[in-house]
Amino acid sequence: MNALSSIIKNPLLKPAFIALWLAFLLLPFRGVKAASVLFITLTIAIPAFKFLSGHLSSLVKQIHSSVERVRHYLPSDSRFLFLLLLPAAAIPLVAQGYIVDVTILSGIYIILALGLNVVVGFTGLLNLGFVAYYAIGAYSFALLNTKLGMGFWSAMPASVLITVIAGFLFAVPAVRLRGDYLALVTLGFGEIVHITLNNWDSLTKGPNGISGIAPPHILSFGLTSLNSFYYLVMFFVVIAIIVMRRIHASKIGRAWIALREDEIATSAMGINRTMYKLYSVAFGAFWAGLAGCLFASKMRFISPESFTFMESVLILCMVIVGGLGSIAGVIIGAVILVFLPEVLREVQLYRMLALGAGLVVLMIFRPQGLFGGKNVSIGS
Amino acid sequence: MFLQQLINGLTLGSVYALIALGYTMVYGILELINFAHGEIYMLGAYLGIILLGFFTAIGLTSYSLYLSLGITLLLTVIFCSSYGFTIEKIAYKPLRNAPRLSPLISAIGVSIFLQNYVMLTQGATDKVFPSLFGGAGFTVMSTRITYLQASIILVSAFMMIMLNAFILKTKTGKAMRAVAQDKVMASLLGINIDTIITITFIIGSGLAAVAGMMVAMYYGLVNYFIGYSAGIKAFTAAVLGGIGSVPGAMLGGILLGLVESLGAGYISSEYKDAYAFIILIIILLVKPEGLLGRSLEEKI
Repeated sequence: MNALSSIIKNPLLKPAFIALWLAFLLLPFRGVKAASVLFITLTIAIPAFKFLSGHLSSLVKQIHSSVERVRHYLPSDSRFLFLLLLPAAAIPLVAQGYIVDVTILSGIYIILALGLNVVVGFTGLLNLGFVAYYAIGAYSFALLNTKLGMGFWSAMPASVLITVIAGFLFAVPAVRLRGDYLALVTLGFGEIVHITLNNWDSLTKGPNGISGIAPPHILSFGLTSLNSFYYLVMFFVVIAIIVMRRIHASKIGRAWIALREDEIATSAMGINRTMYKLYSVAFGAFWAGLAGCLFASKMRFISPESFTFMESVLILCMVIVGGLGSIAGVIIGAVILVFLPEVLREVQLYRMLALGAGLVVLMIFRPQGLFGGKNVSIGS
Repeated sequence: MFLQQLINGLTLGSVYALIALGYTMVYGILELINFAHGEIYMLGAYLGIILLGFFTAIGLTSYSLYLSLGITLLLTVIFCSSYGFTIEKIAYKPLRNAPRLSPLISAIGVSIFLQNYVMLTQGATDKVFPSLFGGAGFTVMSTRITYLQASIILVSAFMMIMLNAFILKTKTGKAMRAVAQDKVMASLLGINIDTIITITFIIGSGLAAVAGMMVAMYYGLVNYFIGYSAGIKAFTAAVLGGIGSVPGAMLGGILLGLVESLGAGYISSEYKDAYAFIILIIILLVKPEGLLGRSLEEKI
């Protein structure tokens, strides 16, 4: 037994054993050939990686420090954000329809991710069912539009209000719960909304979805073209960024961050933690509802398929990858995660695989996200 | 009708209970919701199909069906335990001292990874488990019970009794209980915490593997996303019974199976999947310590 463990722990043989083990795990799923390929690749790759990592570490440090430097002035300098918007405003003038389309989508996701960032990043409440608010916003908009014939500018505030009320009502009992229990309850909420949308045929038409949603109008001018819709979305993105920055610096924002860092100390300072958590959830739901309206009026068609658990995870990834609590980081995260799969069309099959592995690696090596502050911790 | 639903619910519930045990044991020791546990169950279902297919191809099944089923079950358990072991080493161990939600997000990452891993290696279409026993069974009081249902209930009961005996009677089981109560004190008394955690993951994964293979036989169809909903339901069962409590997980699983089956029969089958979530929310809001769990004061 001792001899065996000393063989396994031998630094020269260890990579081979790790490779053998992982090949063994792959064996039943992919057969002998793939397993042996994996074994040989890893046996060579692990020592090579170890050898290189000595040289790599200086490079990694360099990347690290440049990321730090970028991060350092990202959130502090609001002008930088608007500098980012300048080229974004020019996109429809130079790019083709497809790129504009993807940029519109990333704009909608920026609003969503900023909303979730309030709940997870600022206040530290993990939400695994954020897509529920997105879905409620989109479906209320679609129903108000198709059934009652309300236009964009009257249906949008109404459906955002509905979303906020739904978020508030759900949050009242839920915010009493601790970290991971809260996460599970929000997940349950998301699933219940999804199942209801799928089965309430008389209202939501079930899996068939709702089609024929009218495009938005400004006065009598219809925003039917992609480019005009693009500027509408950008308008809301800019508003979202401004509001986020203002609220982050306000008394409410300070209270949220304090709650994230230390609940007990915060309530000792006279902050009503239940109320402030409720504000946070309702405020996050507001932006999710808005994003839902934009999504519905862009697609002109919505179905429950757009509002699954994976969608919640994707939005959460945007917040985490960019950096919890950092507005600029979240925007970058959203843009990366929308554009990356479009750029890497050929490897799209491996996208989710990489996303899963990436989450694990990120949690181990940089739990605060790429552009997140050092002092951000989620769920103490 | 009622008895029939009861039998269906009991079958389903004993499977949930087997998976729930994995959740509850890991939570008891690490306070981690092992989100990837449902995927282990899914791997078990796939491995059952793959390995049985392999044994059919080499002719062992036609020689002796029960022997090949037994070997398949054994190998499935071994493989799934290996997966559980590896996941713990890679994704959770480095995060032992991280903030609470980091391992949870890591676990979600593992879950996404494993789903897509199986989708890429085995294809996105449904896999079929060959029907071995047909609908053969017996009738008691005008209620039809198939042999498969009976064996699922019996095997689950057997596994649970064995686990209970293991935890209560053996030295390792005692060490597990000690670690669950107080990690620091247990390590001061010479218990190797890492070994205990590893054993917990191996046992939990083994139980999920059995559940997965039995469900694959029961439903006959397997898909790469079955782990998610089964995992959430089993977690609900664990919370229902009181998370961290082994008898609680068994009770919770069986209750949840009964609720789902009776709810589908008498209320609405379309909302069958929502019952678990509704129960989860109600339990967490009203009685978060569950039916058999002890209430934990939040540490300051």
